Amino acid sequence: MADTLFHKVWNAHRVRTLPSGQTQLFIGLHLIHEVTSPQAFDMIRQHGWTVAFPERTVATIDHIVPTSSQKRPFLDVMAEEMTVALERNCKAFGIKLYLPDAMEQGIVHVIGPQLGLTQPGMTIACGDSHTSTHGAFGAIAMGIGTSQVRDVLASQCLAVEPLKVRRIDVNGKLPSGVYAKDVILTIIRRLGVQGGVGFAYEYGGTTLDAMSMDERMTICNMSIEGGARAGYVNPDDTTFAYLKGRKFAPTGAEWDRAVAWWRSMASDKDASYDDRVTLDAPSIEPTVTWGINPGQSVGVSERIPANADPEALAYMGFDASMPISGTRIDVAFIGSCTNGRLSDIEEAARIVKGHKVAKHVKALMVPGSREVALAAEKRGLHQVFIDAGFEWRGAGCSMCLAMNPDKLEGRQVCASSSNRNFKGRQGSPTGRTLLMSPAMVAAAAIAGEVADVREMLEAVPA
Amino acid sequence: MSRILSISGRGIPLRGNDIDTDRIMPARYLKVVSFEGLEKHVFEDDRRTNRGPHPFSDMRYQDASILVVNSNFGCGSSREHAPQGLARFGIGAIIGESFSEIFLGNCSVLGVPCFTADHETIEKLQTLIEQSPETVVDADVQTGRITAGPLTFTASMPTAVRDAFVQGKWDPTMMLLDKFEEVRAVGQHLPYVSGF
Repeated sequence: MADTLFHKVWNAHRVRTLPSGQTQLFIGLHLIHEVTSPQAFDMIRQHGWTVAFPERTVATIDHIVPTSSQKRPFLDVMAEEMTVALERNCKAFGIKLYLPDAMEQGIVHVIGPQLGLTQPGMTIACGDSHTSTHGAFGAIAMGIGTSQVRDVLASQCLAVEPLKVRRIDVNGKLPSGVYAKDVILTIIRRLGVQGGVGFAYEYGGTTLDAMSMDERMTICNMSIEGGARAGYVNPDDTTFAYLKGRKFAPTGAEWDRAVAWWRSMASDKDASYDDRVTLDAPSIEPTVTWGINPGQSVGVSERIPANADPEALAYMGFDASMPISGTRIDVAFIGSCTNGRLSDIEEAARIVKGHKVAKHVKALMVPGSREVALAAEKRGLHQVFIDAGFEWRGAGCSMCLAMNPDKLEGRQVCASSSNRNFKGRQGSPTGRTLLMSPAMVAAAAIAGEVADVREMLEAVPA
Repeated sequence: MSRILSISGRGIPLRGNDIDTDRIMPARYLKVVSFEGLEKHVFEDDRRTNRGPHPFSDMRYQDASILVVNSNFGCGSSREHAPQGLARFGIGAIIGESFSEIFLGNCSVLGVPCFTADHETIEKLQTLIEQSPETVVDADVQTGRITAGPLTFTASMPTAVRDAFVQGKWDPTMMLLDKFEEVRAVGQHLPYVSGF
């Protein structure tokens, strides 16, 4: 029978129906980090349990890592204590940990794919809502809380209920200056931040087919911002080409068998869906949020809606019907698990090259992993940013969520390539975030205000 | 583990849609290795910047245990620190228009039932509590019946979650470990676990 990837993966990992009626689901890959795991390990110890499949859990440190200097011990004593706790827990239970001084260090959702840990057909869980990123490979990847981290450590399973599947087709060629970030912001604007509750989003269509894995990860990453706990793209030749040769990818004869299995897990052509939505890529504009949730966005040439949410307007200090273009910014941040990959840096560098950051703007370029940073440095891209007046930082979550020294101050406005514009998200209880693509952040950094990257690209040779 | 059949107590109305977990528990309080003391920081920034008194700072709702919210409550970050903070503050149940899935899952394993009802009903309940904060709200998990003074309605909850509370099986680790040979068998059938 024709079926979706979601159901095929779910059925392959279903252990049984629990007495409560929930599904016991086997988790193929468990990623952990310093913020949401220490209490889980404490609970394991209190109950005298152990870690069932330590080889199926991989740990890293990303949220609290300072990006200016990653020397240990960290100056922040709590950051150091959390790091020491994870080191101790991983050692005690035999879990692989990538410490801040490791070559593999980086944001958990950047290094999982980069190492080839993330593969099609898997179930993946991590105590972080942006786990949906890994769905770009055709995995069912979900964010979980700390008690569920405990459950996966103890049993390699979760007690969960199945999701419905909404197919989202995006068709056509994206115009110059319009990126994966604009596609997902447009999807969330159209379906709302609650639209995906109860659903997994399956993204497809000719636009997605043509996208790189980096772009697909940007889209899947923000599924949760649309309310969908998981989002995925069916695995194809682009997926396999990305994985081939990665550290944990299969090799030799195993590779061929793996590709055959991965292909078999993709949704069948005549699979039926609980809902379908279609978007037209050529009509998408560079998109900017004006409010306090990721659904409150407009195209850069549009005005803030006349009927905009008054609470959001009051917080942002904006007026209804005002153009978003020309909004003065104080900080520019390029990075995060949404947009901290090599292609994001390359695209932003195209805009930045030969320009200077506006005098009143503090600009940060934070690669998503050490490998991304080194690849960019090999191409000389770090110098492009440094020459323009950006700070070129070490890898980490940085200003996306303010658990490290990178924070907004007071009512600063930040043009940000991250994923959330919630009140206080970037570390100041009154700080303001405008979400946009890395290229749009680069354009805003130079102009000192929200600017249309398409106009700047006209002057850039392709 | 105890069965959770009903929750009873005074209510605390918190109006607004899409209230995210960054607002419930600001990220700086996630720099901890235990959940102890998080109740002190629930809605800390909202309470400080709110124009009027924030319900969590309003003495009229002191010691309330049933939180009444609007739609998509708990969206955003998966941080369990948010429901941990609420539970430690004394919240024993939440009644709202809708919840983010990760938040709902986190509340369930903490033994905090989340009930849903339509917008009009929730508004009525919020208004009732605002006008008479002393009203006792009774929430019956099995039937979904909510009673608050003159107001009575039936709220809903995902069946499996409700059954887990009623059977005292809301903390699932023991159940997940119960038939561990079946877990191993599923693992062995997966080519990426057993080898391609």
